[in-house]
Amino acid sequence: MATLETFYEVMRRQGITRRSFLKYCSLTAAALGLGPEFVPTIVQAMETKPRTPVLWLHGLECTCCSESFIRSAHPLVKDVVLSMISLDYDDTLMASAGHQAEAILDEVIRDYKGNYILAVEGNPPLNEDGMFCIIGGKPFVDQLRKVAKDAKAIISWGSCASYGCVQAARPNPTRATPVHEVITDKPIIKVPGCPPIAEVMTGVITYMLTFDRIPELDRQGRPKMFYSQRIHDKCYRRPHFDAGQFVESFDDEGARRGYCLYKVGCKGPTTYNACSTIRWNEGTSFPIQAGHGCIGCSEDGFWDKGSWYARLTDIHQFGVEANADRVGATAAAGVGGAIALHAAVSALKRAQHKGEV
Amino acid sequence: MTTVSNPPGAATRATPTLVLEDVPAAPVRSYKAVYVYEVPVRLWHWINALCITVLAVTGYFIGSPLPTQPGEASANFLMGYIRFFHFAAAYVFAIGFVGRIYWAFVGNHHARQLFRFPFWNGHWWREVWTEARWYLFLEARPKKYVGHNPLAQLAMFWAIGVGSAFMIVTGFALYGEGAQAGSWQDRLFGWVIPLFGQSQDVHTWHHLGMWVIILFVIVHIYAAVREDIMSRQSIISTMVSGVRTFKDDASE
Repeated sequence: MATLETFYEVMRRQGITRRSFLKYCSLTAAALGLGPEFVPTIVQAMETKPRTPVLWLHGLECTCCSESFIRSAHPLVKDVVLSMISLDYDDTLMASAGHQAEAILDEVIRDYKGNYILAVEGNPPLNEDGMFCIIGGKPFVDQLRKVAKDAKAIISWGSCASYGCVQAARPNPTRATPVHEVITDKPIIKVPGCPPIAEVMTGVITYMLTFDRIPELDRQGRPKMFYSQRIHDKCYRRPHFDAGQFVESFDDEGARRGYCLYKVGCKGPTTYNACSTIRWNEGTSFPIQAGHGCIGCSEDGFWDKGSWYARLTDIHQFGVEANADRVGATAAAGVGGAIALHAAVSALKRAQHKGEV
Repeated sequence: MTTVSNPPGAATRATPTLVLEDVPAAPVRSYKAVYVYEVPVRLWHWINALCITVLAVTGYFIGSPLPTQPGEASANFLMGYIRFFHFAAAYVFAIGFVGRIYWAFVGNHHARQLFRFPFWNGHWWREVWTEARWYLFLEARPKKYVGHNPLAQLAMFWAIGVGSAFMIVTGFALYGEGAQAGSWQDRLFGWVIPLFGQSQDVHTWHHLGMWVIILFVIVHIYAAVREDIMSRQSIISTMVSGVRTFKDDASE
């Protein structure tokens, strides 16, 4: 690749008409919540800026992020931005394989040094020198470090890359480690979820490609535009929560009426994600709409917080699995009993010494 | 060494008496009545007691809601009201706590006991031990204290001094989630959530904090009643009138 092509040039080369290109720019502006006056800005950027390639690496993972991604409801965004012009390496989706595929990595690192985006799905296991995840004959952690070195920014796809997810759940035998704990010198955008919502993934990538900067992140490194609110904040069953109308058990009358799933363990109030606004599968539904509580899959360590149907984290220090309320109530009963006993002894003592003080 | 100045009408014996009040929790020499808890401290105590009651009850029902309400969602607002009372009481609790900290600076030295943990004071620890022995029926006769006894101070420092701060910080962090990112609650306390891991962990710790305070309240009420009967000084009436009276004149 001698000269770096712009986004627009690549799109035209792929057979996209100018009309389709402009439509894509308008759609992107709308998807990012921008007004019509931003469309020319996006057009200008696409026409003049050299395209930013995306390298998509796969570590220890289940590929559910990719599965979600290829079901994006806005095929224009997915196909145009990623399949055609930007996604240069993704061993699951790309046509080439073996040495040819690995050669693309080296080529992009060389030609776009410091100017490509690294998207990581899954995470590197660090035990046994990373031998639990081998890509092209080498530990994944080596590939990750090599590609990350010259990347502009890193996107941590899914809960695996962001937090560790199931492979990092206790006792984490392979020492699966989230990306930000291995790569510490690059800006990292966490897009958690198991998997993340397709439109969230394409939205994040589109934003970065068009505006040439990372989206605004919250304290935990997640893009604010998709992770600043809880499922609970935008849940369509929220009125039933405020009214005090709950599903007491699955299949009861409340469940049939679509009441709030809080009492059957919905983790919507503690989970930050866009499921209750964007929903899944072209906006068809999301877990709560299907009658099941949120399991909090986009939250840190969600496998290790006890039951998916419990709203308090298990406390293992007491030998049996217990939650805060059970521990507290047991302690209160114990202290109450001890006090009753103490009061009885005190009364006896006092009776013994009556009139002395 | 300070002189005890009794408020008009409060003292039963007018002789100003020298006491070892600079030494925290020092046993008292002989005198009958001391003005211990000033008005703001007493007012705070009872408002705080009410707040804790409301917060514990409503907090419990937020975590484990009441049975489902019949009728239209729009005709009910039970969880909304329970949460409203929790948040309203929480604001009173938090503002009261800030006021109480202020009073620790400007009030008398008894007002500082709640916020002091004299870890390096060997004498204080020996007094804790003596008081523990008294509760274990190993001491025949309790000591006299103008302020809190050392064991009470220890419990109060951790459960109310530290406990309140913990509940306020975690509480506002959780409140900030509902108040949305960018709200002052989120900006001031939002850092707490990643510190604990995630929102659910903060909820869990907030519940544990409630139980710690409930345990304290159980022990506190029992000890206050028991001490009122069995110790050598007034306890419950002191938190109403502010005046500590003693049942005997013995110096030790």
